[in-house]
Amino acid sequence: MSPDSISALRLSLQVAVAATALNALVGIPIAYALARRRFWGKSLVDLLVTLPLILPPTVVGYYLIVLLGRRGLLGAPLYHATGWTVAFTWYAAVIAATVMALPLLVRTVRAAIESVDRDLERAAYTLGRSELRTVLEVTLPLARNGILAGLVLAFARALGEFGATLMLAGNIPGRTATVPLSIYTAVQTGESGEALALVVVLTALSCVVLIAANRLGARTA
Amino acid sequence: MRLDVADLAFGYPGKEVGRGVTFGLAGGEVLCLLGPNGGGKTTLFKTILRLLAPRGGRVTVDGEPIAGWSRGRLARVFGYVPQAQLGLFPFTVAETVLMGRTAHIGPFATPSRGDRAVAEEMLAVLGIGHLAARPYTEISGGERQLTLIARALAQQPAILVMDEPTASLDFGNQVRVLGEIEQLARRGIAVMLSTHDPDHAFLCAHRVALLHRGRLARLGPPDDVITRESLREVYGIEVTVTEVPRADGRISRVCVPTLSPDARGILPGHPGHPS
Repeated sequence: MSPDSISALRLSLQVAVAATALNALVGIPIAYALARRRFWGKSLVDLLVTLPLILPPTVVGYYLIVLLGRRGLLGAPLYHATGWTVAFTWYAAVIAATVMALPLLVRTVRAAIESVDRDLERAAYTLGRSELRTVLEVTLPLARNGILAGLVLAFARALGEFGATLMLAGNIPGRTATVPLSIYTAVQTGESGEALALVVVLTALSCVVLIAANRLGARTA
Repeated sequence: MRLDVADLAFGYPGKEVGRGVTFGLAGGEVLCLLGPNGGGKTTLFKTILRLLAPRGGRVTVDGEPIAGWSRGRLARVFGYVPQAQLGLFPFTVAETVLMGRTAHIGPFATPSRGDRAVAEEMLAVLGIGHLAARPYTEISGGERQLTLIARALAQQPAILVMDEPTASLDFGNQVRVLGEIEQLARRGIAVMLSTHDPDHAFLCAHRVALLHRGRLARLGPPDDVITRESLREVYGIEVTVTEVPRADGRISRVCVPTLSPDARGILPGHPGHPS
């Protein structure tokens, strides 16, 4: 493999790990709120979190540019304040992968939390545990397998993200060109050997992830 | 401590189960909640304990609304004995009772020697010390009920809420639990329990609340509330309320039902009534 392919692999893993961590940080609280809380705007949150699952990735990428691009709704004030923009950086690839993976994590974790017997949470309440500690000590441990399965799915989705990444982060070798983008470039430039190597590696990685997810799923059932 | 429930409306999101429930309960008093299946007893308890959000009205302890209380503070005032269920986790009886100390233990501390002593004392009080090392999942229904009562007592609550503590117990354990309730009230605890047996209310309650279709149909001393008329109204059955002398020389009232097909099918208000 060429140095570019190796750096693409390293970048992809980096992006996928960071996106998975962000998913856990953002997605698990959202999943809990959707599963257990009643709040204003709940169906809107549900809709927003699910949309990346059904929208074409390029559409999600377009929205991300509108939001975070140098002239974007959030991007412009950020650029004026710091002279820095997130677009076409490593962070942009992480954000694109995070948003695209979020529906898979939230839906899986939400289902896992909903399957936890509420009376077990109520038992913790009657014994004096706060909601936060009940979540940490009762709900999440009981939903553990579903959460792990959701994280595995999110990781796999982040690893394979193409469209939204291309829109927001571009295809800059060594900086934002992840494995899927490098495969595209390799095919376009006729380097079929490079393309094949990356395809094989990504397929193998995806298989490992799928087997892991199935194992976890089987243990949940 | 004194519990006051004022004009409480309760139920689940999108579904009201009951409303207009008002009563007070003082320390040392036993209030027995009586009423048909689906009348809202458990839902009322869960709302008082803030496991469900009230749909209206309020609950106060010594005049202070409990709506903003932390779970920890609630658990130091209210002990809850849920209907005994099959355990999911094989915690030992001693561990289960020790969980009652949760609200008295600091955020990252483990139970102290004092906490363990309280748990052991409660096991002894309920006469189940010999079960301490047994898994909760492997003891009998009656033993589980006594374990849950011990756990609630380990919270050292001022107010004890018990959901059908005598259900699924054999006759001997029913009487033992009722005797325990009487003892607890003597120690100054305010006890609120639900039951399906009016005779249990006669035995241990100072006051009886009759909950029918989510409303308090009657509230008062057992002799006033549990009558032929009220039971006919609420359950649609015929009973005779009579007095019998007890072995200890006191007199107890008991309900004796009539098993007539007429009474079951024709009385107004009964689900089987043709109207």
